[in-house]
Amino acid sequence: MNESQSFTVNGRAVEVQGHEAGSLLGALRDELGLTGAKPGCGIGACGACTVQLDGRTVRACRTTLAQVSGRHVLTVEGLAQADRLHPLQQAFIDHGALQCGYCTPAMLVTAHALLAETPHPTREQIVARMNGVLCRCGAHLRIIAAIESVAQRSTGNP
Amino acid sequence: MSAPHPRPPRRIAVPHDARGLSRREFLRRVGAGIVMLLPASWPGAHAQSPQRLYPEDFNAYLSIGRDGRVTVYSGKIEMGQDVVTSQAQLVAEELGVALERIEMVLGDTDRCPWDMGTFGSLTIRMFGPALRAAAAQARATLLDLAAARLGVGTGELQASGGVVRVRAASERAVSYGELARGARIAHVVDAKAALKAATEMSVMGRSPARLDALEKVTGAAKFTADLRLPGMMCARLLRPPVHGARLLEVDVSAAQALPGVRVVREDDLVAVLHRDPQAAADALARVRARWSAPSSPLDADNVHEHLRGVLVDAKTIAEQGDVTAARAASPRRFAAAMRKGYVAHAPIETHAALAQWRDGKLTVWASTQTPFPTRDAIAARLRLDRAAVRVITPWVGGGFGGKSESAQAIEAARLAVATGAPVQVARTREEEFFFDTFDPACVVTIDAGLDAAGRIAYWDYAVYAAGERGAAPIYDLAHQRIRAYGRSAYEIDPSAPSVHPFAVGPWRAPGANMNVYARESQIDVLAQAAGVDPVAFRLAHLGDERMRRVLRTAAASFGWQPAAGPSGRGVGVAIATDAGSCVAACAEVTVDRTSGRVSVRRITCAQDMGLVVNPDGARRQIEGALTMGLGYALGEELRFRGGDILDRNFDRYRLPRFSDVPRIDAVLVPNDTLAPQGGGEPAITVTGAVLANAVYDAIGVPQRRLPMTPERVLGSLAAR
Repeated sequence: MNESQSFTVNGRAVEVQGHEAGSLLGALRDELGLTGAKPGCGIGACGACTVQLDGRTVRACRTTLAQVSGRHVLTVEGLAQADRLHPLQQAFIDHGALQCGYCTPAMLVTAHALLAETPHPTREQIVARMNGVLCRCGAHLRIIAAIESVAQRSTGNP
Repeated sequence: MSAPHPRPPRRIAVPHDARGLSRREFLRRVGAGIVMLLPASWPGAHAQSPQRLYPEDFNAYLSIGRDGRVTVYSGKIEMGQDVVTSQAQLVAEELGVALERIEMVLGDTDRCPWDMGTFGSLTIRMFGPALRAAAAQARATLLDLAAARLGVGTGELQASGGVVRVRAASERAVSYGELARGARIAHVVDAKAALKAATEMSVMGRSPARLDALEKVTGAAKFTADLRLPGMMCARLLRPPVHGARLLEVDVSAAQALPGVRVVREDDLVAVLHRDPQAAADALARVRARWSAPSSPLDADNVHEHLRGVLVDAKTIAEQGDVTAARAASPRRFAAAMRKGYVAHAPIETHAALAQWRDGKLTVWASTQTPFPTRDAIAARLRLDRAAVRVITPWVGGGFGGKSESAQAIEAARLAVATGAPVQVARTREEEFFFDTFDPACVVTIDAGLDAAGRIAYWDYAVYAAGERGAAPIYDLAHQRIRAYGRSAYEIDPSAPSVHPFAVGPWRAPGANMNVYARESQIDVLAQAAGVDPVAFRLAHLGDERMRRVLRTAAASFGWQPAAGPSGRGVGVAIATDAGSCVAACAEVTVDRTSGRVSVRRITCAQDMGLVVNPDGARRQIEGALTMGLGYALGEELRFRGGDILDRNFDRYRLPRFSDVPRIDAVLVPNDTLAPQGGGEPAITVTGAVLANAVYDAIGVPQRRLPMTPERVLGSLAAR
């Protein structure tokens, strides 16, 4: 039984055809052409598909269309405003906080949610929050440094 | 079966297949401009394939277009190691153009000359010199052209920023683009091209932002599974339940009855395809299959004994002095056997491929480290000429050796030809674990002893199943013998179940992680017996000045305080040579004696990798290698039983996470007179070793098995 689900993605209203049990990840990637969120494990264990739902991070592979109906989804494609990178994106570039880049969208979306909730996180808070997203290349320390640099900047302190 | 499928043609005639294109034909395709051809005979350029499509006498090239843009065609691929930037830096430096003017074309078998694959920390070390020479010679050619154009001698000219200027009159200038406009020049590069000295460099030795960074932080970067083609079908393949199982019967009727499903059965291949990947997965669940049920008796605990039993042919790696006599004379002898389990590559991007069969041409986008061998394998399997197959490599989401094998590309290619539709094969995580070419379980035995003066009297070393990388002598010992049993760890060995219960293959610094761990932990056993500080003990047996300097740098940067072990402080040291680089690491750990859990506090790693093309990129590789190495050292080991892979996802197979990563200090030891050496692998080879030695120092018990799980650390304490 096919039906359509309506929600917003990166501020834009969308309507996708699909069963309400279908995954958000599939809708984003196959119907909306937003391939920033990546498949990685299919069971919510690697975090590569992380997106935000009303500001909270969710695993898109384990999120059904029924769960997102009428709500707001933010993906990595929505972080930059027009041609202006989000400070986190710039910090990831400046700190070399990526290698293969496959987990980078999930890292950015997760860090973005963290800073929205906790603008000045401790290192322990960063580690605890980022721990759910796997990186095999070993960019972890750079990712922490990039997040810290954005958090510090927003305090107005050096 | 569904509708009849177009059969693959027997053979498609393409002229010059085996011989490659003629030089003339190649240049006609490339068009006007200035083209630098790298000879295949270039040392280390690795073009020893008789099966290229390009003219046989060169294996890479760069071209300068009419707009002054420089395009570099390299068969290497980008999987995180940032060779997209470092290769561009080599060319920008020697050619004298801005980095932004360079476009990199990587891993496309129709556009790039043949390359054996991206592995072994070879890109900058082996391919780099050729690329630099090509750029240097291009610059010399441009100077010649400019001299003629401007009516002055080349000695009066200087080239930079893509412009040639008269030194004494800088308004007299001509751009590379203008020079290329009227030109149709193809130069074969020779070794005469003068490379810049380190002191003259302005692009090499700097750390520009990655060229792929912008698209990777915006989500625009396309990996293979991100690609879509009109009419694309997603395939799911029927897979055996355990390794060694054979398909006895299959019933696809229930799957075939589903709307929109296509089924392909071809020899060993049974696949269901649908436009929607979830529908393909649902259809696969309706395929009923009966398999033979072989039962391998091997598991993670008994496999080492098995390996020592079946691997009986030894290759002698080194033999010096008289080990037998020295052993007999040695008053203090120490024998040890060290073991390591199977380790998964586990890139976060699983193997994926997209294949399109159109007008007699098969185009396959694949996440692979070996686009050219993969193209050849596809052509062979489908009985096509190689010229009818093109492999394109998008950004690769991690490889670590595991994407040297690319069976998914062959599967996608077969299905595209069978169905006539573009077909995507993207492995599930369960398939990724099941079909991984694992880092093999392995064993090292060492029999070594001290003389009366507390120096190493003899060293008798045998490695089983890991291969010989990292096993060659590093210390100056009068009496030593080193033997390797079994295959080289570079080879993909699908020989299940005769040696291993499933496929094994190269894993970042193949074999070296085990060999360095085994050697360095036994060195610490000897140092402790001699009552000598482990750094001092190493220096006392180490003649190579380069290695000595790296070890001293690591110790000084770490703040190493000499003491005989075990000191209880939880500090360790280890050294290695790998991929032309010298590496030394010091680490500090704490061990919870109740739980057995090892916490790594910090690691300092010093590395002499010759001239450093991109210092921050080099440090990123060191940090990444050490971080990845935490896994095989402390936690990662595949569990399996009866041919079944028990760990098939990240809920059971645990990768290092943010909370596991210690402070890391990566120190580059300057050595600008040595050409660039390998950077992607060396630091991972010392990770297991340095952590094993730090644990030994903490609890006083040598660690004889990797990974050092809490249970094993506790067990080693109990057995003391």
